[in-house]
Amino acid sequence: MIKKFTVRINKKSHTVTVDENMPLLWVLRDILDMKGTKYGCGVGSCGACTVHLNGSAVRSCQLPISALANQDITTIEGLAEKGDHPVQKAWLDVDVAQCGYCQSGQIMSAAALLKSTPKPTEEDIENFMTGNICRCGTYTRIKKAILQAAASK
Amino acid sequence: MLGISWFASAKSEETLKALGAEPTWEQLTSYIKITPDNVVKIFSPNPEFGQNVMTSLPMLIAEELDIDFKSVQVEQANYSLALYNRQFTGGSQSIRQAWKLLRTAGASARQMILTAASQEWNVPIAELTTANGMVMNSFSGKSATYGSFATAASKLPVPKDIVLKGNKNFKLLGTPQKNVEGPKIVKGQPLFGMDYQVPGMLIAMTERPPAFGMRLKSFDATAAKKMPGIVDIFPIQVYEPTQKLAMFDTRTFNEVIAVVGKTTWDVMNARKALKVVWENAPETKELGMGGRDTIVPAGLESTTKHYAQMLEMDNKPGREERKDGDPEKAFAEAKHVIERTYTAPFLAHNIMEPTNTFAHVQGDKVKIVGPIQGPDMVATTVATRLGIPKENIEIQLARMGGGFGRRAYGHYMLEAVLISKQANAPVKLIYKREDDVSAGIYRPTYQMTYRAAFDENKLLTAMHIKGGGVSESPLHANRFPAGALDNYLAESWAIPSNITIGAFRAPRSNFNAAAEQSFLDEISEYMGKDPIAFRLELLQRAKDNPVGKSNDYDAARYMGVLELVRDKSGWGKPENAGKKRGVSAYFCHNSYAAQVIDLHVKDGQVMVDQVTSALDCGVVVNPEGAKNMAEGAAIDGIGNALFGRLSLTDGRTDQKNFDTYRMIRHNEAPKKIDVHFVQNEVDPTGLGEPPFPPIFGAMANALYKATGKRFYKQPFMDDIS
Repeated sequence: MIKKFTVRINKKSHTVTVDENMPLLWVLRDILDMKGTKYGCGVGSCGACTVHLNGSAVRSCQLPISALANQDITTIEGLAEKGDHPVQKAWLDVDVAQCGYCQSGQIMSAAALLKSTPKPTEEDIENFMTGNICRCGTYTRIKKAILQAAASK
Repeated sequence: MLGISWFASAKSEETLKALGAEPTWEQLTSYIKITPDNVVKIFSPNPEFGQNVMTSLPMLIAEELDIDFKSVQVEQANYSLALYNRQFTGGSQSIRQAWKLLRTAGASARQMILTAASQEWNVPIAELTTANGMVMNSFSGKSATYGSFATAASKLPVPKDIVLKGNKNFKLLGTPQKNVEGPKIVKGQPLFGMDYQVPGMLIAMTERPPAFGMRLKSFDATAAKKMPGIVDIFPIQVYEPTQKLAMFDTRTFNEVIAVVGKTTWDVMNARKALKVVWENAPETKELGMGGRDTIVPAGLESTTKHYAQMLEMDNKPGREERKDGDPEKAFAEAKHVIERTYTAPFLAHNIMEPTNTFAHVQGDKVKIVGPIQGPDMVATTVATRLGIPKENIEIQLARMGGGFGRRAYGHYMLEAVLISKQANAPVKLIYKREDDVSAGIYRPTYQMTYRAAFDENKLLTAMHIKGGGVSESPLHANRFPAGALDNYLAESWAIPSNITIGAFRAPRSNFNAAAEQSFLDEISEYMGKDPIAFRLELLQRAKDNPVGKSNDYDAARYMGVLELVRDKSGWGKPENAGKKRGVSAYFCHNSYAAQVIDLHVKDGQVMVDQVTSALDCGVVVNPEGAKNMAEGAAIDGIGNALFGRLSLTDGRTDQKNFDTYRMIRHNEAPKKIDVHFVQNEVDPTGLGEPPFPPIFGAMANALYKATGKRFYKQPFMDDIS
């Protein structure tokens, strides 16, 4: 059913009139024109669409808009105002990206990990990041960047 | 502008725009634009799909232009036959083909600036030098920015007979440079075709047959058309039945149903409400591809049957591709023969950015924006299909979220164009992940049988290689070990199929390396030889006294990477005696790669402790990007070797999405990857593909050490208990 919803994204309120089952991913991409959150699989298996819901990493392709009233959503666009979150800085320093498509999701997962576990071990990183696929194979650089971001804090 | 420091005068394009000033760009060659304020922009001609050409190609220009690379703005060039020679990404050829071309462009622009400066200052060019985007007169001490001469320089003819720098004089090439798009990527900026949007744009998806070997019979869209947000639903015929197929055209699913709506979600839902009747497709004939007609058989194919068919083919005579000496006699007289058969399944590309394209047809003009490895082929195909001149087709090259060969096949761009034309609107076509996996263009299913003959002293006397696949043979008859053996026979075969196959990162090589390098390992063990020493022995023979004249590799460079990986991995050193390690080396796409993998198996899981990679791609243009590529190839290779599989049952793929198609993940990646390059001054070749194939062989050989079992069938995980 099409209804009106108000959601708080990157500390800003947005009102959208959409199907109640529309996943947050498509509200972000198609309705609000926020293209940083990527579509990868639509079944919660690749992590490309990772955003933060009340500070925790979630797959936006699995979250219907109707479940999000009064909750805080953060996307890659809102991770740091100037794009200089320690994770983003470490990503640049380690030169992580190849094609870059999965990296929004990787960065959002990494930022959520460091929030809950500021000094993760390599094993913590591997386990936490397992839901984010990268076909280019940047995993070792991602791990290095997360360790670097953790050390910089 | 005279005497003003470049650093003080340089303003970024953003700053100029913020000041309300649209910069005046002066064009110097097809690749460089400079403003009088000395903002320098370099256009990167080739499509970018993660191989980092947007950094490395502009570096070639900047080196000869003599400019601070960090001050340069890099922009992806759009498709232009008038401006650029070879806008194709594939075959690891971008750097190789651009090596002289782009350095010449940079040197030409520099020469034009020097000429303009000498005219303005009225001094001979010989008195002028350049550095970091400045022209200087060593006698008078005068200096000025490139920008101050940009307008005059742009009016000069592009010079001929440009002399390029010697390798020893490179200041930029060979230094590590970070991905120029990195800052945009980490902010999630809309770089990809998937992110493209214009006002009024509609979203489209296509419904295709649920199985290879089926086609559309009829459909009822009455209910689907009433769904919210749906604008139209109609069938399209992608290629005309009589259309001669260009390279990389494919018509497996030629009749599809386009669902067009306002949002992706609307379209996804409407697809579920479509009532479609599919029917079995008859045998068809593909026209033209490579000048040949190909029969596409009818039927719903299954993987189990493919494997049975491949074994049958192995027992029939193959097509002789190369024969040296008298292999039949050698095998007849052999005291011992080792024969092993290797197989590998179809693989889906699993590009992380699903297939998509924006298209807008207005009258006889077409605008396309999206991910494509070969825009010129698409332009040709679209022009033919629409009956319009090629010049009417504009293609903007989006950054590609992966390619790996999949985006060489631009049928989806034609689909988007036809949908836009019919819908009379700007349209973005999107494939769901399930569409990408289940209606893909796959790495073929392959099989290769290796036979080796030995005399009573366990000396290798002959080798016989026979390989084929569904639906092409992987055989490279003139590759190593051809050339190293007096008696050698290579045969091929192929099984016709209606499953669409195509290029996948290092086509054919990605399987050959696994089979060949596993076999060499196994026979070296039989002979009681060290696997690296045995390979070097064969290569030494091929170097000193090669058999045949068509060998396609340089034995000395092959040996170079093996020796480097041996030394860097500490191969054979007592401290590494306990390690479960495997070696592999391969040559493809003009570059040489060797790897040693150390691993262990714990609780049925393979843990890769270290990959040591040795590469010879000639001059390494950007060591940072090159290392990243080689690391990624190792991870991608390990993942595909252990887990990669697309199987079919009655024409339907058993895997549809990442919940059923197993991809390598963070916790399965190697703990450490070391990458080493052979240092030489050979003109550079590519790295997108070459480091990928040998990984499969190194994995098989390391797994043998860890488990005591040889691995003949991919994915290897099936045989790890």
